[in-house]
Amino acid sequence: MTSDLKAARNRTAQHEMAWLVAGLPAAPAVWCSGLRKRYGKRHAVEDVSLQVARGDVVGLLGPNGAGKTSVIKMLLGLVRPDAGEVMLLGRPATDPAARARVGYLPELFRYQPWLTAAEVLTLHVRLSGLEVPARDQRDCLALVGLADRAGDRVGGFSKGMQQRLGLAVALVTGPELVVLDEPTSALDPLGRVDVRDIVLALKSRGVAVLLNSHLIGEVERVCDRVVILDRGRVAASGTLTELLGQRELRLHLTGLSAPARARLAAVGTVEQTGDWYTVVLPPDDDGAAVPDLVTDLAALGARVHAVEPARITLEERLLGILRAGSAARSGAEQ
Amino acid sequence: MTAAVVSRPAAGTVRTVLTIAALTLREASRRRVLLALAALTVVLLALSTWGFSRLAANTGGSALTSGETRLTASILLNLVMFGYSLIAALGTAFLAGPTLAGETESGIALAVLARPIRRSAFLLGKWLGLVAFGAGFVVLAGLAQCLVVRATVDYWPPQPAAALGLLAFQTTVLLTLAVLLSTAISPMASGVVAVGLFGTTWVAGVVGGVGESLGNHSVARVGAVSRMLLPTDGLWRGAMHAFQDPTALMEFGGGGSEAFPFLSVAPLTAGYLVWAVVWVAMVWGLAATAFVRKDL
Repeated sequence: MTSDLKAARNRTAQHEMAWLVAGLPAAPAVWCSGLRKRYGKRHAVEDVSLQVARGDVVGLLGPNGAGKTSVIKMLLGLVRPDAGEVMLLGRPATDPAARARVGYLPELFRYQPWLTAAEVLTLHVRLSGLEVPARDQRDCLALVGLADRAGDRVGGFSKGMQQRLGLAVALVTGPELVVLDEPTSALDPLGRVDVRDIVLALKSRGVAVLLNSHLIGEVERVCDRVVILDRGRVAASGTLTELLGQRELRLHLTGLSAPARARLAAVGTVEQTGDWYTVVLPPDDDGAAVPDLVTDLAALGARVHAVEPARITLEERLLGILRAGSAARSGAEQ
Repeated sequence: MTAAVVSRPAAGTVRTVLTIAALTLREASRRRVLLALAALTVVLLALSTWGFSRLAANTGGSALTSGETRLTASILLNLVMFGYSLIAALGTAFLAGPTLAGETESGIALAVLARPIRRSAFLLGKWLGLVAFGAGFVVLAGLAQCLVVRATVDYWPPQPAAALGLLAFQTTVLLTLAVLLSTAISPMASGVVAVGLFGTTWVAGVVGGVGESLGNHSVARVGAVSRMLLPTDGLWRGAMHAFQDPTALMEFGGGGSEAFPFLSVAPLTAGYLVWAVVWVAMVWGLAATAFVRKDL
């Protein structure tokens, strides 16, 4: 075989490999398996596995001491797991370079009080090994509402302002994964809305977000998936639809004829309490099921007094899961 | 917002070390540590200028021989230099605590160490910044003091560069210890323990000197052992020897001079210098190991 032929074949093989790799889905933003951590005798985290897909917003929920912050710190290499593996953006987390495209707002947000807000951002840009133009850094401060405080020392900032700065630090390098640990704990209602808008903007740009928050309503609004931790274990996880079950509709109806009942039953399972009917909506409902049903029921002579969506809230579901866990534990102890 | 990856891992480590070292120096300057040290130095320089000028005025009246003047100048210079090394020791030990343990305690380190940097590079940067700060201080203040002595009593140490280098090295040894302590204990405790050990070693060195002058080997061993465990006192004695006039010991009366804390009977051996370097490397290695394994 001549060397030219060999080289040509090598090139073909490389080309095929490149196509093969290009065809593979991107590695998840976060992948961890079997994470465990013990502090003394206390098991803080026991066998936690979770995944955040690229561009997904995943909420981490659970009571105080459930191990949420410990899990986040293990993902970022701030706490050494006793066991388990972590991959960030396709690289093992033991390699610091895996964090090059990761932004992090810690639960305990403190920044060098002797630096100005702009200097803190510059420091983090330099440590990340990336080049971010000064204009982009200023834009980032403006995004979190600190444009006019860029030259002020962090030592004079209120807690809320420091948390806003922390958010800017997390975002300044244009990360592909953002980890926000209680990002609104020190913010006023306006600040919370800002954070929600920022998370939604990240989502629209395809940036993966791992969000740990006590504000369940917030999580419910922005997250695609939710992982519920309880006593260091994953108590439940899934998309909001999976966790909350199917949507239901409550109707107050009178004068219901047999054909109208049949029409109601055609939508899904029906439960009746007096004049109130609860019907399970189909999972693939595109929004037409409810208006169609109401139009048809009225045409069939039913009198429609009230139509209201019935959906179990994430809060109710979370409490249910945590109570079930605690009941199971006390049952096992007896 | 656009950002581009620009560096290779090795270049990244160097950049991290230099960035953190510069940050540590900026912290020292912005937290007014620099200002406080400068003020203390000016006070000490002014006091010693006054003292040395009085000495010069007295010798003018020929109460002292030229040999006695050199002896007195040597002793006083060593005494004032001890003051500077004490200031440097206190300054760096109490700076090392807050800058390392304080940052991990307050949470400042969380956001920084979540960046794509190695903890050992971060620690090296902190250490380098502290070394530059502490060593820079003793060298500058010491040099100013030598110039004051030269202007007032016309005495110039035989090996000023070696002496100032050893003072800087002594400061480095102590702050390396403070860095190790601050990876394990609270910021305040690490400063207290480091300065406490510094003082203890110095006292043990003096006790050892008394033992030597009395010919009591077991007491003399106290100084030798403490100088091995923490090389600050050994390096300090080397620095004193380089500051003092070679004839000063003879003038002092030879035999009993081991017991005197502000004169040194022997220069530093190369072996001891190597041991001090190894000691710093070992303690730094321990600090790095502890810091890399630390849960934040």
